[in-house]
Order: sequence, then structure tokens, then C-alpha cells
Amino acid sequence: MRPMYKKGTVKRLLSMLFAFYPVALPLVLICIVFSAAVSAIPSIFMQNVIAVLEQNQGGDWATVGPQIFRLVAILACFYVLALISSFTYNRAMAVITQGSLKKMREKLFYKMESLPIRFFDTHPHGDIMSHYTNDIDTLRQLISQSLPQLLISGVTVLTLLSIMLYFSVWMALVVLCGVSFMLVVVKKIGGNSAKYFMRQQQALGKTEGYVQEMMNGQKVVKVFCHEEESKAGFDAVNDELFKDSEQAHTFANILAPILNNIGNLIYVTVAMAGGLFLLTKAQNLSLSGLGFSISIVVPFLNMTRQFSGNINQVSQQLNAVIMGLAGADRIFTLLDEASEEDNGLVTLVNAKEENGVLVECAEHTGLWAWKQPLREGGVRYTKLCGDVRLQEVDFAYEEGKPVLHDITLFAEPGQKVAFVGATGAGKTTITNLLNRFYDIADGKIRYDGININKIKKADLRRAIGMVLQDTNLFTGTVLDNIRYGNLKATDKACIAAAQLAGAHDFITRLPEGYQTMLLSNGSNLSQGQRQLLAIARAAVADPPVMILDEATSSIDTRTEAIVQRGMDALMKGRTVFVIAHRLSTVQNSDVIMVLEHGRIIERGSHQRLIEQQGKYYQLYTGAFELE
Amino acid sequence: MWKVLIKSIREYKKPSLLAPAYVSLEVVIECIIPFITAQLVNQIKAGCGIEVILKYGLLLLVMASFSLTFGRLAGTACATASSGFARNLRKDMFYSIQSFSFENIDKFSSSSLVTRLTTDVTNVQHAYMMIIRTAIRSPLMLTFAIIMAFIMGGRLAFIFVVVIPVLGISLFFIIRKVFPIFKRVFRKYDALNSSIQENIQGIRVVKSFVREDYEKQKFNQAAEDVRLEFTRAEKILAFNGPIMQFCLYVNMVFILTLGSYTIITTQGLNFNVGQLSSLLVYGFQTLMSLMMLSMVFVMITIADESARRIVEVLSESSTLTNPERPVYEVKDGSIDFEGVSFRYSETAERMALQNIDLHIASGETIGILGGTGSSKSTLVQLIPRLYDATEGVVKVGGLDVRAYDIEALRNQVSMVLQNNLLFSGTIKENLAWGNPEATGDELREACRLAQADDFISQFPNGYDTRIEQGGTNVSGGQKQRLCIARALLKKPKILILDDSTSAVDTQTDANIRKALRAYIPDTTKIIIAQRVASVQDADRIILMDKGGIAAIGAHAELLQHNAIYREVYESQNKAGEKQ
Repeated sequence: MRPMYKKGTVKRLLSMLFAFYPVALPLVLICIVFSAAVSAIPSIFMQNVIAVLEQNQGGDWATVGPQIFRLVAILACFYVLALISSFTYNRAMAVITQGSLKKMREKLFYKMESLPIRFFDTHPHGDIMSHYTNDIDTLRQLISQSLPQLLISGVTVLTLLSIMLYFSVWMALVVLCGVSFMLVVVKKIGGNSAKYFMRQQQALGKTEGYVQEMMNGQKVVKVFCHEEESKAGFDAVNDELFKDSEQAHTFANILAPILNNIGNLIYVTVAMAGGLFLLTKAQNLSLSGLGFSISIVVPFLNMTRQFSGNINQVSQQLNAVIMGLAGADRIFTLLDEASEEDNGLVTLVNAKEENGVLVECAEHTGLWAWKQPLREGGVRYTKLCGDVRLQEVDFAYEEGKPVLHDITLFAEPGQKVAFVGATGAGKTTITNLLNRFYDIADGKIRYDGININKIKKADLRRAIGMVLQDTNLFTGTVLDNIRYGNLKATDKACIAAAQLAGAHDFITRLPEGYQTMLLSNGSNLSQGQRQLLAIARAAVADPPVMILDEATSSIDTRTEAIVQRGMDALMKGRTVFVIAHRLSTVQNSDVIMVLEHGRIIERGSHQRLIEQQGKYYQLYTGAFELE
Repeated sequence: MWKVLIKSIREYKKPSLLAPAYVSLEVVIECIIPFITAQLVNQIKAGCGIEVILKYGLLLLVMASFSLTFGRLAGTACATASSGFARNLRKDMFYSIQSFSFENIDKFSSSSLVTRLTTDVTNVQHAYMMIIRTAIRSPLMLTFAIIMAFIMGGRLAFIFVVVIPVLGISLFFIIRKVFPIFKRVFRKYDALNSSIQENIQGIRVVKSFVREDYEKQKFNQAAEDVRLEFTRAEKILAFNGPIMQFCLYVNMVFILTLGSYTIITTQGLNFNVGQLSSLLVYGFQTLMSLMMLSMVFVMITIADESARRIVEVLSESSTLTNPERPVYEVKDGSIDFEGVSFRYSETAERMALQNIDLHIASGETIGILGGTGSSKSTLVQLIPRLYDATEGVVKVGGLDVRAYDIEALRNQVSMVLQNNLLFSGTIKENLAWGNPEATGDELREACRLAQADDFISQFPNGYDTRIEQGGTNVSGGQKQRLCIARALLKKPKILILDDSTSAVDTQTDANIRKALRAYIPDTTKIIIAQRVASVQDADRIILMDKGGIAAIGAHAELLQHNAIYREVYESQNKAGEKQ
């Protein structure tokens, strides 16, 4: 069987928890140990009380009473201590559990934000999400319940064992024999249970995947009358889930009664052994040197019950422990992913011109400069203009499967470059390279003459704006979403950006205008409206270079005209790369690149390309071929 | 509400009834065992012979093996009953969803349906397991343990009457206090998770605006909020253990003192050491059962909300039904709308379609243009009876669509939806949705018409290439072409393309239309589009506006007489005019 979690996971998880709470956690654990030890001690007092009762058979309460009271008083003191420590650790554990989970979530999220786009492109979003939901949930169980329970049971068992040895080694051996038999059973049945629980989890994931796909495509199912096939597919995954679930719960359910009754058997055996020892007046061997007596046998029976009870408790945590560790394992795998690397040294700074020389300044001037540390010392300032050059760029998402070949192009400040080509020609890929979502395999990309690999990623991305095909908005108000482009923008600036984008009109018609809350990715807006917001968001950022990936999704012609006007306004005075899906929008570009299978096969202005009568001409006339 | 759920137990009624029965037997024996051990202890104390010990040992052995057997049987029956119940619930829900009409589907979001089928069912499954096992076991255990305590301890057992209410009432108050917090915090937790989801989806936006730190800060706040609330709830819950221990300890101290007193004063006649030890065991059992019982209540309350959500799906009945004597034959591809009005729900203020009269001859090609909200899609969705007209009649092949067998009708009216989807599986498997018996030649033929054969053959595995869930490994245009091929395989009398070539480049778009015209001339074709170019060669073009037909006619006609059409046409062909 495949191991359910990696080898070092336990150690790593524990050291992480200790790192979260270097003082509190050890203290709590000490509290737990103390509480557990105290809860085992009453057995000693039981023995004492019974011994007193034995010795004073037929005695007088006036003489026996004080002895008993004294013992019970000490016992009560221990109880009070146990209660205090139990109360303390229970409360502290609540704080530590939730705190650790929060820190764990934070670690996950921080890591996630630092991961390269490639990670998100290659991992299903549902899988990433389940780290935050399922895996964290299994950890909650592990930290808040299993961990204390294991410790308590461990300590209790050890304490009981020493008390047993204190009373009688022979009797203790009888108990130990029984307990080792119990452990064998736990290993067998518990192991099976854990195995099926993991399978159940997998089957559940499979069912969820199937259901998700079918629910999303439910309308297609209806249109194709595919209900019966869809049901059959569901029955298959559902039945598998049922089988694993039934097995998992059967093993889990029967473990407790089996252990319980083995406990009973051990109890009987110990009673019989005790009886035998008493009858035969056998020589006792014990740490205390006490001989066999009823005052030893009776508390021994109680300890036996406690002993097996604790083993039972531990075994109940088995599934939680294994699932928790598997969850921790998955979380660690994500935490171990390599973050996006950034070796850039060139930064973007505010600048002003003094006597024709660029100098860095603290205040916002509207003028920006690249600050480039020179190898021989000192810095060079280059004005941010928006000049972008690609030289012989090659790129492949997967090694050996090149997507772009030998792309060379220049875009001077204020120029508009359009990419045209069939789906899959590599248009969108170029946008991934300019702001270094992916790194190129060969060639060079320069921004204002600086190799973009040398620019700090954050600053490079600040200097390049993007409006993507699929608009992603965030929960928050309309205003918040526009301000996303520039957190320092005033309300006025945001509204101005909305006006520029042509979004102002529809926003003012929303129930609460700019303060309208957007729900899950702006689902309360239409596709076109969301695009207008995305344009406004880019406008507020005000970068010298823009990448516009035209939406392929359908918006009606009137909204499209408004969106187009917004885009045109946004493009004014910037270097723009347009990924065009409709030829009508690219004709006023300074240069049009026609891509095919990752190569630029034609380039030039609309006029020139038409005259050239090549691929562009075909595409272009293709639209009107039916006239 | 639970009544609806119970119907799904079906073949698992037997284990569902057996489980509590076995549990009861197990409990009875479990309660007698301490009684017998007490006697054994006394016998040992009295210095009985080895035979007596053996006799008791044997008795206990028999009891333990009975207890074990019943425990095992109970555990197995319970696992089967609860897992089976969960399976039936999932199945019933899924089947119910399959019978949903479009109107029903619109009511539920797909992600909420997924949660209902998974998390909610799991919650109910756990609650059910609790009910048939623990909810039977705990009260029984409680009662038996108290009875036995009274038999064994006599007056001493009155301590239970004091301790049990203390624990019971404390648990009650803890649960009452914690529950509203939990309800609140789970909502916040959901919000936190949905904001993470948002971040995963919008990671390109986050990164391109360099907003990682801002997002971290936002996340931190939300996570801290969740932590505070959860901690508050769990801190209250942390009283549970100590209170239970307190009651146990009070019990112990009381029984030890008073027990000793009774033993001494009655010379061990009324009460003896063995009774003392078993009384302590009963004390433990009683309090433990109470604790378990409180957990059952928590479980049921949690599951209650889930159960409600499941019942919502189960009791939703389809708004479309087959007629009693359905017609299976669709004569031809003619379509007639006679005074058709439609609204999406009875409460909707506005009619989505208003008084539509339209006659389309078999084999005609119809283009439909119009702005968002002009109800283009609504109009065509009435043809394969995805919705029923609110007023008026929609006829296909001269017969009311409500007279046909739904499946027969939809097989003849093939529709490519606007938001179309491929499913995980090979291209071949996806195409088979259109016709499971299609031969390889037929598949290729359909793909050639849809201009998909070229790119499919370029894949290393050709038609056996696997499509990932949601069709993420093919481009938007390729997906649309595959969807068209899938629809063509039905060999329908009517083909409806609802904006199905928006991501396809203009050349391919034109090729598809040319192929359709040449190879399936007798099929009625309805094409909804944004681009005039996509429809201008149609026999007639319908211009829709606000749920009505604004104009209808051939391209040249509309261009001449209709101002809106002309405006749209010119805005799309600005450059074309310049040429």
C-alpha cells in the first residue's frame, strides 16, 4: 500500500506548530501531561481507602472516619489541580488551534501570491482551493483533538503502568499481555479503516469532479437528451463512493466494541489472576514491596479498565491522525513550490528634470524614471517612455514544444501594435512574456532600452497595464474595483477614469452608484459592463504601455461600440499592444503583425498588408467574401 | 422536512432498524457486566474458591463475546445504513436534477448544487449515523446505568440525581451560547474562502497590478476575523471537558466518603467494596452518555441546514412534462410562432418575448441580430421546448411542440448553446453525444462541415485526443467548432446556432456557413450572431429589439429600409466602405 503521508511530515508539522507558539505550546503540553498524570493518581487513593476499610472491618466510624476524610481531602486537592490544569489547557488549546490554523492559512496564501503564473496554469483551481478547505479542516481535527488526546492517553498509560508495577509486577504483566493483543487488533482493523477513509476521500473527490462538470453542463445535457447517460456515469462514481464509505465506517465502527470487549476480557483475566494469587497466597513482586491483598486487586481492576479505555481512545483518533497528516503533506507540497524569482535591480522612481538632467525625487511628479545601478558604481536614470523591443524571441510553455519563434518587433512610445492570427497562433502568449508571467527561452525583450530581466518584476508590471480577455473583478464596491489600478487614486480620479472608459453612465444608473457592492466576480453586471470597469481600472493605473486582449466573448454591438470607444480613449498617448480577435478594430494600428504557428509571417500597416495581398488580405477579405 | 429525506432510505431500512436493535442489546450487556464484576470482586474478597472465580470468569467471557458480537453487528449495520442512505440521497438528488427543465436549472447555481450533493449529504450521513447509533445508545446507557446504580448503591446513587442535571444544564447552556457564534462564523468562513477563490481566478490581474501585498493584507484581515470568532466559540466549548470532569470528581469524592461510611457502619452488609467500585463505573458511564447525547444534538443541528438544502432539490419538480400520448415523428423543419409571449417566471414584471408571430419554412436559413436583452436566445429556446411559451403556440413541423415526446423533438431540433461546453473525455466521446452510433466516417464528415477536422487531425492522437474538464486544452474557437460538429451529428431537421462562432476567425466562420449551405440544404438553420457578416447571406434576417421583432427581411432589403440595421452594418464595416 502506498504510504499515506511522507516520512518527515510529523516532525515538520510539530516543529511548525512549535514555531508558531514557542512558549505557549510547550506550556499547554505540560499542562496536559500534568492533567493526565493527576487523573491516573486516584487509583492510588482508591487502594488506600480500601486498605483502610479492610483493616478496620467491623471497626468504628469515629476512628475510621478521620483516616478516610484525610485521604479524600488529599484526593480532592488533586482533583482541583486537575480541574484547573484541564480548564487551562482546554482554553489555551482553543486559542492555539485557531491561531495555528490562521497562521497556516496565511502561510498558504502568502506562498500562493508569490507563485508564478505557470503554477496556476498547470494546477486545477479546485485543487488549489481544497488546501484551504479540506486540508486545513483535517489539520483542525488533528491539532485540537488528536494531539491532546494522544498525549493524554500516552501519559495516562505510562502513569498507570508505573502504578501497576508499584503494586504488582505479576499483575501488570497480565495486563500488558492483554494490551499487546489489543494493539495488534488496532493495527489490523485501524489500518484498514484508515486505508478506506483515504479511499473514501478520493472517491468523494471523484464524485465531486463528476458532479461539478455535469452541473455546469446541465443545459447541454438537456439539449442532447443525455440524461440517462449522465445518470449512468453518476451511478458508477456514486456506487464506488458508497462501497468505500461503507467499508471505512464499518472498520471504524467495529473497532470500539471490539477493543471494549477485549478490555472486558482483560478485566476478567486480571480478576481471575488476582483471585488466584490471593488464593494461592503467591509471593508478590512489586516496587512497593506490598504483598497481595484485596486492597491491591480492586484498584488494579479499575486501572485495567482505565488502561484499555485509553487504548480505545487513541485508536479512535487513528483516522483523524492519518487524514490530518495527509492533509499536512499536501499543504507542505504547496509551501515547497518555488516562488517567482526576481533578480531585477532596476527600479522605477519618481523623477523631475533639473537643468535638463533627470533627478530622483520623493514626491509624485507624474514623471517616472528607471533607476539603474551601474556595475562600476553610481546609478543611471532613464526616463520612462514606453519603448518596447522584442529581439529574436523564442518561447515554449513545455520544453520541446515551441510556441513562438524568432519574434522581433519594435514599438516606439505612443505606437499601436496589433497582433492578428488564427486561434492558437500565439497571440495571447506574447502578453504573457512582456510582463514576465513567463520567461522567454531565447532572445531579448527591452523596455526603454533595458533588458526586462534586469527590471524588478513589480516595477516592470507597474509600467505595463493590462486589460485581459476574461474580466476578473473582486468583491467590494465599484469604486474599490476601479481603485485597484492605483490604490492612491482619489475618488475624483477614479470617477474621471470611469468617464474616460465610458463606464460612468452605467455606474450612475446602478442602485448605489459607485458604492454598489459587486458580488462574486461581478456577476451582477453584464459582460460589457465588467469590461468597462476593467478598462477604467487600467486607466487609473495610467501606465505608459498597455496590453489589450480583446474579449472573445460576445457582447452586443452597441455595448461593443462603447467598449471600443473606451479602449480608444485609453490607448491615446500610450504604447499599445492589441491582441485582436476582430479585424475591424485593428485597422488604425501603426503596425499589424500577422501570426501563424508562432511566427510573424506578415507585418506592416493595414494599407500595406492589403496591397501585399497575403494572409492578412485573405483574412480580411474573408470577412466579406459572401458579398 | 425529514419526512422527505426518509423516503430515500429504501433498501437500507433493514440495517437502519437492526442497528438500534443491536445497539440496545449491546448496551444491556455492557451495563450488566459491571454488576457481575462487582459480585466477582466480592467473592474474591470473601476468599471464594478458584471454582467460583472460574464460574464468574466464564460468565463474563460469554457476556463479553455477546457484547462483542452485537457491537460488531451494530457497527456494520450502522455503516451500511448510513453510507447507503447517503448514496440514495445523492442518487435521488442527481436524478431529480436530471429531470429539471431549464427553468428549474436557472433557480439553482451549479456550485450550490455541487455542495448539496457532497458536503450536505456528508453532514446528513454523519447525523444519521449518530441518530441510529449514539442517539439510541446514550439515553439507553443513561437509563440502564442509573437503574443499575440504584440497584447496586441504593441511597448512594442519589448523588446521580444531583450531578446529572448539573452536567445536563451546563451542556445545554454551552450549546445555546456557542451555536449563534458558529452560525455567524461559518458565513465569514465562506466569505474568506470565496475571496481566496477570487484570488486564484484573478491571479493575472493581481500580478499585473502588483497587488500581492494588498491582497495579503486583505486576506490577513479576513482570516483574523475568522480566527477571533472561532476562538471565541471554542473557548466556550472548552468548558465542556472540565465540567464533565468536575461532575465525575464530585461523584468520586462523594461515593468514596459516603461509601466508606456505609461499609463501616453497616459492617459491609448493605454495601461492600465491590459495589463501591462498580458504582464508580456507572457514574462514569452516565456522564459519558450525557456528553455524547449533547454531541448528537450539535450534529443534528448542523445537519438540519444541510437537510433543508437537500429537500429543496428533492422536492423540486420539473416544470416541463411529456404529453400523455406523445408524437414521436417530426414531419419537417418548419417553425411557427403564433402570438407567442414569454416570461421567465410568474413574478417577472416584463415579458421577455411579446406577441411574436413568425413563420419559418423548412430548409430556410434565418439570421437573428439584436442587442443584449433583446431576447434572441429566449426566442430560439422555445423551439426545442427548453421553456414553454407563456402565451400562444410554438409549432414545429406544423404541430405544437407540447404534443411531441420531448426527446424526439430535441433530437430533431439541434441546438448549440451560447455558453457551450465540452466534457472530459476524448473528442470522439464528446462527439458521440450527438449520435452514439456514428461511424468514424460520419464523425469526420460532421467535423469537416464544422471546420474542425483540420485541427483535430493535427493533434497527435487525432480523434482520441483527451479533452480536459471544461475543454481547457482547446482554444475557444476550436471548442465552438467541436460543439457545432456535435450538434450536426444528430442530423437534425432544425439546427440552431446561438452565437456559436464568436471566437472563430472570420474565414473559418464563413467556411462553416458555406459548408452548412452546401451539405445540409434541407435543414432549417437559425443563426444568432453579433456580426452582420455572419448572417447577411441568410434568406431572411430577424432584427430583435426588447423582446419583439423590430424588422425582418433579406440583407439588401433591411439595408435599404431599416435605419438601425444600416447603422450596425456600417459601424462593423467602416473600413469596408472606405475600400
